[in-house]
Amino acid sequence: MESEFTPPFGKITKIKGQCISLIGNDIDTDRIIPARFLKCVNFDALGESVFEDDRKTLKGRHPFDLEENKNASILIVNSNFGCGSSREHAPQALLRWGIKAIIGESFADIFYSNCIAIGIPCFTLPKKSIEEIQKYCDNQVLFLEIDLKKSLAKSKDLNFNLKIKESSRKMFLSGEWDATSTLLDNKDLIENKFNQLPYIKFNTNLL
Amino acid sequence: MSQDTLFDKVWDLHKVSSLPGGSDQIFIGLHLIHEVTSPQAFGALKDKNLKVKFPERTIATVDHIVPTDNQNRPFKDNLAEQMIETLEKNCSEHKIRFFNIGSGNQGIVHVVAPELGLTQPGMTIACGDSHTSTHGAFGSIAFGIGTSQVRDVLATQTIAMNKLKVRQIWCENKLSKGVYAKDLVLHIINELGVKAGVGFAYEFAGPAIDDLSMEERMTICNMSIEGGARCGYINPDEKTFSYIKNKLCAPKNEHWDKALIWWESLKSDENSIYDDAIKLDASKVEPTVTWGITPGQSISINQQIPLLDELSPNDKLVAEEAFEYMSFKPGQLIKDTPVDVCFIGSCTNGRISDLRVAAQVLKDKKVSKNVKAFVVPGSEKVATEAKQEGIDQIFKDSGFQWREPGCSMCLAMNSDKLIGNQVSASSSNRNFKGRQGSPSGRTLLMSPAMVAAAAINGKVSDVREFIN
Repeated sequence: MESEFTPPFGKITKIKGQCISLIGNDIDTDRIIPARFLKCVNFDALGESVFEDDRKTLKGRHPFDLEENKNASILIVNSNFGCGSSREHAPQALLRWGIKAIIGESFADIFYSNCIAIGIPCFTLPKKSIEEIQKYCDNQVLFLEIDLKKSLAKSKDLNFNLKIKESSRKMFLSGEWDATSTLLDNKDLIENKFNQLPYIKFNTNLL
Repeated sequence: MSQDTLFDKVWDLHKVSSLPGGSDQIFIGLHLIHEVTSPQAFGALKDKNLKVKFPERTIATVDHIVPTDNQNRPFKDNLAEQMIETLEKNCSEHKIRFFNIGSGNQGIVHVVAPELGLTQPGMTIACGDSHTSTHGAFGSIAFGIGTSQVRDVLATQTIAMNKLKVRQIWCENKLSKGVYAKDLVLHIINELGVKAGVGFAYEFAGPAIDDLSMEERMTICNMSIEGGARCGYINPDEKTFSYIKNKLCAPKNEHWDKALIWWESLKSDENSIYDDAIKLDASKVEPTVTWGITPGQSISINQQIPLLDELSPNDKLVAEEAFEYMSFKPGQLIKDTPVDVCFIGSCTNGRISDLRVAAQVLKDKKVSKNVKAFVVPGSEKVATEAKQEGIDQIFKDSGFQWREPGCSMCLAMNSDKLIGNQVSASSSNRNFKGRQGSPSGRTLLMSPAMVAAAAINGKVSDVREFIN
């Protein structure tokens, strides 16, 4: 899987893929990637360790271990997914496992911004719709086609109007989700701001 | 939409531009880094051929991976050694001030920055760590960021972010004896839920908050994120100013006078508008202990673990998971639960006042034979102060191991870990599954005083019985 990994790049307008459903509220980033895997200076090897402890506990029955989910790329989750630690290692591990988009009832703030920053769109749907998808996934494989322009998810049997923050949607459509260059465009404004801040002047002892 | 709150004032002041997508570009006044979430950010700078824009506005220390028993270099753990070496190299290459082990100023990043007087009202503060909210105790707007955003701050001193809504949490009356800031914040998270804060900054206010010391206020703001709020803050007052005064990096002389006038002006206006406001009575809070796998699953020391029927449908799912993982039964009392490990430390409760309170409980008492107890000071300064006060000796005499500063078993990235399904009484901030280093380890969060009481009795106890 690692050798095939290419990070997302540029405009993201459509995502097609098989869904993988993970049931549970408040699934924290320690569970997505336990702290011992944070002892690394790059993210390359994280994919195989995603949900390591949960997977070991379930001895092969965890959704991320099921043969039929091997090629899945759209993760379906419940509420407050990604709470806890700010570790970007969590979405990086999901990305490297093969996840390209996440649909859930709700997401924790820092996890959400980390996902956006690395090119994983996160969409929300009401609890009822998520449960409908999760039920469907219990019995059969669900392929979804997500259209970011229309915020729509389509499949053979199910259609959903997805919600996503307008700022995130626009960034994916324009390809500006990798924020550094957009931020750098305002070099002069940054300098001006620096010079205007009152505390820069009276903090002569900062260093 | 909120208006004229401290959050609004500080946000507007730091806004560099409105970005095309609708989010804001925000200037970061103080950037704190550590060894775990920064190496990939420096790597990305290199890939993009970018420099650190304002190296003097980033401060580094090492905390997550440091061993707390023997800190001689090279570390026994090769990976940990590689991480500290990478940070040393990145800091020296980019001319970033680094408080290394032995500098006298190393420690948990959220303990160190306030100690140095770096954390000040009205600043925006970011760090690749979710407990950055701690610094909000000074009336700064402080939040955790991921590694890509660490890269952005290094390269531009700004990040792209949507403005948060503001919820005021008004705490009436005062905490009673034997009840601490940790109990109050666990109570707040339990009342509001672990995701109520998503999209919000929390403003903690009211007589109970005014009454808290700066270190207690840090405990409150530290755990905002456990209630889902990326940012939590408290309006600055005389306590804030006198805490900062004379610290190494505090404004001096005529600068101090100017700073005071400006800091005063930052407080939320009396008629400011909040997106939401709630009130609670702090005098009703009792010593609080978590029983589950989220920081919201807590009860008072004399309460029973809830029955499933008492919970909302949304909470049931996680409660069922918690019962299974923790081997607790609905309706069971939390008091007298045997504990195997007692841990005092972390960015939540590893400051000198936390150690003082625990030492008071431990004085002339012995840790139970069945318990492994250890205390990890939040910083080298905390350790030094504790030694000067003889607190280290009280801990040692009682049977606690006295360790070197670091994050330690809060997240168990070093060798301090639970084994098997051990139960820990912990002054840290997260009771997630596997958080303290064993995939089946169980964590009960509580105040440092309550951890000390649990250590003596070998089981969850009411600290009020120790302080008459």
